[in-house]
This record gives sequence, structure tokens and C-alpha cells, in this order.
Amino acid sequence: MKRRDSLKALALTAISSGTLLQSCEPKQTAAPSSDAKAGISSIDRHPFELARDQKLLTEKFFDDHEMNTIKVLIDIIIPKDEASGSATDAGVHDFIEFIVKDMPRHQLPLRGGLKWLDNQCLKNHNNVFINCSSSQQLALVDAIAYPEKAAPEMKQGVAFFNLLRDLTATGFFTSEIGLKDLGYAGNKPNRWDGVPQDVLEQYGLSYDERTLKESVKWDDEG
Amino acid sequence: MPFQIKENPQQYDVCIVGSGAGGGMAAYILTQAGLKVCVIEAGPWYDPAKNVTQLKWPWESPRRGAGTSFRPFGDFDAAYGGWELEGEPYTHVPGTQFDWFRSRMLGGRTNHWGRISLRFGPKDFKGKSHDGLGEDWPIGYEDVSPYYDKVDDLIGVFGSKEGIYNEPDGKFLPPPKPRLHELFIKKSATGLGVPVIPSRLSILTKKINDDRGACFYCSQCNRGCTVYGDFSSSSCLIKPATKTNNLDVIVNAMAREVLTDASGKATGVSYIANDDLQEYRIKAKVVVLAASACESARLLLNSKSQAHPNGLANSSNVVGKYLHDSTGSALGGILPQLFGRKRYNEDGVGGMHVYSPWWLDNKKLDFPRGYHIEYWGGMGMPGYGFGFGIQHLNGRYPDRNGQQKAGGGYGASLKDDYRYFWGASVGMAGRGEAVARETNYCEIDPNGVVDKYGIPVLRFNYQWSDYEIKQAKHMQETFQEIMHKMGAVITWGKAGAETNYGLEAPGRIIHEVGTTRMGNDPKKSVVNKFNQAHDCKNLFVVDGGPFVSQADKNPTWTILALSWRASDYIIEQFKQQNV
Repeated sequence: MKRRDSLKALALTAISSGTLLQSCEPKQTAAPSSDAKAGISSIDRHPFELARDQKLLTEKFFDDHEMNTIKVLIDIIIPKDEASGSATDAGVHDFIEFIVKDMPRHQLPLRGGLKWLDNQCLKNHNNVFINCSSSQQLALVDAIAYPEKAAPEMKQGVAFFNLLRDLTATGFFTSEIGLKDLGYAGNKPNRWDGVPQDVLEQYGLSYDERTLKESVKWDDEG
Repeated sequence: MPFQIKENPQQYDVCIVGSGAGGGMAAYILTQAGLKVCVIEAGPWYDPAKNVTQLKWPWESPRRGAGTSFRPFGDFDAAYGGWELEGEPYTHVPGTQFDWFRSRMLGGRTNHWGRISLRFGPKDFKGKSHDGLGEDWPIGYEDVSPYYDKVDDLIGVFGSKEGIYNEPDGKFLPPPKPRLHELFIKKSATGLGVPVIPSRLSILTKKINDDRGACFYCSQCNRGCTVYGDFSSSSCLIKPATKTNNLDVIVNAMAREVLTDASGKATGVSYIANDDLQEYRIKAKVVVLAASACESARLLLNSKSQAHPNGLANSSNVVGKYLHDSTGSALGGILPQLFGRKRYNEDGVGGMHVYSPWWLDNKKLDFPRGYHIEYWGGMGMPGYGFGFGIQHLNGRYPDRNGQQKAGGGYGASLKDDYRYFWGASVGMAGRGEAVARETNYCEIDPNGVVDKYGIPVLRFNYQWSDYEIKQAKHMQETFQEIMHKMGAVITWGKAGAETNYGLEAPGRIIHEVGTTRMGNDPKKSVVNKFNQAHDCKNLFVVDGGPFVSQADKNPTWTILALSWRASDYIIEQFKQQNV
């Protein structure tokens, strides 16, 4: 297969898997136990992987109050700006709901942390976090968002906020909105022909003659 | 349902257990020669052109690419399996550690590996002659070299001719140019006397035949390649072998025992089918084990008979012994000069474009044997874990606007920090040679533990010695020097004596070999120099088991070369009617 044909075939497989090289169907005594097109996932999954993901997606971990609190917090962490939308715009709350079911080790720190947050707000403002004023919310976030500046009695809040910030960042920058914002330029067929010249110049670097001579080059046939 | 053993009526010339590098190569060579071959594989069929995870986006995984117990290297990784398999336990002698990675699928662990394809050098076959430790191989580089050449031609590997004595050059395709962080690494490491040369990976930078496409630089070899632009046994060996019409592949078939007759000759293999848990038998004139070093040893030890009371091919009592994995230690951090860097696609091939082969003389060091260094970094695709621990970074460096903030935070300014600091990471890991020792071994668990198939399981006994710990210390010192020299800041992996310098647990590097080692003396080895069992002439082992020593190279290319060599020998035995 020529390179451009293989790229064409690849583009096909990206939308409907299983179209490439079907002529080379091997002799088999058992059927493959997976089907890329079945169920919820666009990536190739085994039936039991699909079943597990499906089960996690139908379960509900956070109650409505907890989820509403998460939504407020993650948009404080990653708000909308001139470049892109907010964490909730990117569906980060859904990612967090899924990931705590996939990784149960996150469940107690998040649930307990949310409760700790409400405890603080009830004590100081006689209100749960989401019913506090925006300035009251931000004052508490300020007290837990900077680990090295935080008061010792805020340690529990710091641990909670560190985890929530991590999951928010991952959820956002692995979303379609976040990836575009970040400027990740890969995940597509291309030819790597080295660092762009202006970037080399920016860092005062260059390829030596041997590297230029011996590295892969392309002609019409690839 | 009546339980009875189901015997396949066909008499095969050869039955191969396992479809990874060793089994795939044997199947390819033996079927080309016209022999009727049956491969039995414990896992399901797999074809990267159909079982696609390549070119998917992070959000197509609900866990954003994080690992699961089924795919410990991430949700997009091609390899099924891991260090723990449900219903297939293994045990340890108390106080020892070994993590056993198994990949039950067509192609086995070749679907996962980093495609690093290094030849063993002349010294690597003669370790004992050089430092008095371990044992020499019964063969030398000159015996294997023609087969390395053939493997290069058949499968394809890129690299550069360097003329380094113990890092033999191959028949290379052109290598890709280094990425930006790799240029920084090259500059600083070279300045410290650590050589940095183009990596040697079995990825097609040029098309080599009409069955496989060339690399299109998505950096995702670990996901399996839809155009077969890299090597995996399933796509490059098993698939073409099926075209000869001389190959049957039975998948979801867990080998239980090698069958022998009263004279001790192998007559076939029995296996348990995963689907119905019934026992089946395959008859063959020759049996080739390629189930992985430990799995083949287990199979031999579980194949006891009157003729082989200590397990098959084990009159030496050596089966399972001399188990050794590569050493590994790693650290990484950030290159502050790359903050706020320009965006472009730097995916490149799946893995590093440069590496460092071993460069020192052990006579001047306090440990034997060397290591090579692997590198990574740059603007890779974000996945689960992206942005974790930003509080350790954005409090230490001024942001894009030159403002020094307290670490952590929230809001628009934090959002920009993630963009600003992205793409500045750099990391490195050593992969070194451990000395093979009789006291590191696997055996059949003496307390009677069985797996879900009713097959007795392995118990491991493995401990690192001072040699490996001192080697890891040297890795750490070297890595810290390289990082310092290029102005990088170490943010993880720095390790001292209390953690054995970050030395990974045995098994973690997934290069375990040595359990059926080759030799000329039947009292001290399991197979001869053609991978043929001393005790059973129609039985061969072609995985990593026959390795006498591991070298500081990844084992796959040598498994392929030796399996090809053993297959030529098997064909010769058929011609001479010795089997």
C-alpha cells in the first residue's frame, strides 16, 4: 500500500473501524471477543470493559447538593475567559462524577471535603457553601487555595482543594474545549521533519550536518 | 454435560505455545517452510487495524486515558493484561518481590512494548569472561548476527551507524530528527561525556513492503498501529503466516501441560479453553514453547511424567532459576526555558528519538554491567494526570506576565498557568543489566495454589543485590547531572539509599528472562544452543527463557533472532528426518 493510500485507509478506520486490509482475513478458530462499535465507547473495548463503564455511567455517586457545590467550585477554579469556556462548559463535573466511581479512592476525600466546606460555611455564615454570597465563597477559597499560605486549621480544606483542582485541570484540558485552548497540535497523520526553524533560532539550537544528512526525508512515494 | 478430553484429530508438525515475539517468529518461519503449525494463544484475537484505539481523543475515554486493572498503561493502550489478572494469581516467598506482567492476547506483550530494538553486543554474550559473574552464553555475537540482519530486513528498524563495539549497528532505516527537548538533552549529556545517539526502534520511517504502511508520526505505537507501521507479532508475523494456509491459531486457549510418551518424547500440548473450560489436546511432532519466560517455565514444571519426574526438561533442576529482569530507575522535571513555548505538532514516532547507550568501563566502577538511558518530554497529548500538582510549580516560577504568585490558586490566572507551563516537562530512565543468580527463581507454589483453570501457579523468590542497587545509584547521579547541566529542575523521582535509589521492583521493567537458560552442559542448563531441550529433543523454548544474561538491551530483538535461528534448526531436523 502506498503511503497516501494508507492514510486514506486510516481516515476511513477513524470513522468506521474494520475497513482496512479485510482481504487478509486470517484463519481463526474463535471469534474476536470485542467489537469496537458496540455500546458507549468509540474506542475498541472488550465486552466486560464496556459493561463496567456502562454500569459506572448509570450509577450516581454525588447527590444533587454535592454536585451543585462541585459545579460552583470548578468554575471558580477554571472560569470562562477570552480564550475558552469554563470547567462546567467543558463538562468537567460529569468527568468528576465518573472518575470517583472509576477510582473509589477519590470518593471519601471529595465527599468529606465538600462536607468540611459546608461545615465551615455553616459555622461562619449560617449557610451552606452554595448559599453563601460570592464574596463569602471566595474568601473561603482564598483560605484553602494556597497551600503554603494557608492557616494550619485550613489543612483539611487545602487537601480537598488540591485534589479538586487537579481533577478540574485534567477534566478541562482533556476535553475538546480545553485541548483546543491548550493548543495541542498533534493526534493527526503528518510528517515529523524536525523542530521548526524559528523555534530552533529562538533557543539558539540547530541540527548538525550529520543529523540533517542521515535523518528521514520524503519523496513522492513517502 | 459429559466431561471428556477433546482430541484434535489433526497431527501437526509443530505446536507453538504463545504468539508473542518468539512464538510469532517461529510460526512465520516454520509455515514459510511448509510445515503444518498450530499456535495456541491464551488470550483473544487482536488486530490493530480493527481493534482501534489509535488517533482517538482523550475525551473518547471516560477516564481520559487513565489506566485500569485491565489496561494498566492507560485506557488507550493496546495491551490487555497487567501485573494482576483476575483468577490467575501468583505467590511470593515472604520478604521477596516480583511483579509478573502478563498480556493474554494475540501478539502478547509485543502489543505494548516501546519498540526499542537493540542488538546484544559481543560482550553481552560473554559476561563471565569479562567480569567473572554469571555465565557465558554457549553462542556469541557472530552466531546471532546473521539473524539480527534478517530480522532487520523482515521487520524494519530505524537507527544510525555509530560503530560502537558493544552496540552493533543494524540494517537501519533512517531515524527521525530529535525533538526540542531531545536537542537540549543531547547538548548537555554530550557535554558530560554521555553519548546521545538516534534511538533504534522498529517503526517504519520508510515503507518496506506492500503489507505495511509507513509511520505517520502520531506517537501512539503503544495503541497498536492501524497501518502496521510498527512491529507487533500479531500484525507482522502471525498475520502473514496465516496466508501460507499452513497455520491454525487457536485463541482463548490456556496451555496446561506438554504431553509426552513413555519414552519421554513430546507428543503435543493440552490446553483449557477459556470459553467452556474444557480440556483439549493438540498432537504435534515438535512442541515449541514461547509463552514468556516464566509461563514456559511453569508449563515445564507442570508437565511431570514418569519419564520426567522433576518436570519436563528439568533433570538439571535449573528450570525457573536464574530469573532476572532489567533494573530501572527514573526521574524527571521541567525545563524552565520551555515555559510559554510555541505550539506545533511534535508527536513524532511512538517513543524517544534519541537515547544513550552504555558508555563506561565497569572496571572503574563499583558495580558490574551497564545501563542505557531512555528520554521523554515535550508537548504530548494531555491525558489523566494533566496539571496535577500545579501548586508545586506556579509558586516557584513567575507566570507569563512576570508575576510571582503563591503556589496553587484558582481563576483566570491559574488557567493561564496550565497553558504557560505545558510542554516543559522532561524525564529519563535507566534500563540496566542485573546479574543472573540461581537464588532468584520461580517455582510451582508449594502450598497448592491453583488458578481458575485448575493449573498450579508460580511462586516467586527474587531479591536485588548490591550490584543492582549501586547501578541504580549511578543512574540517579547521572540523571541529576544531566538535568542540572541543561538547567532543568527535578520535580520527581530523586531517590536516595532509603529507597534503593528508586530501583524498581523486579518484574516492573517487563524484561524478565533466564528461566530456561541455554548452555552446553545439560547439568547446568535447560536447552542447548539451538533452544532445544537437552532432555527432550523435540521440545524447544524460544521466548526469553533461554537467555543466559539479559544485557542492558531490551530483549525483543534477540528473542526474534534466536527464535528464527531455532526455527531454521527445526526445519533442518525435519529435513534430516530426526523428528
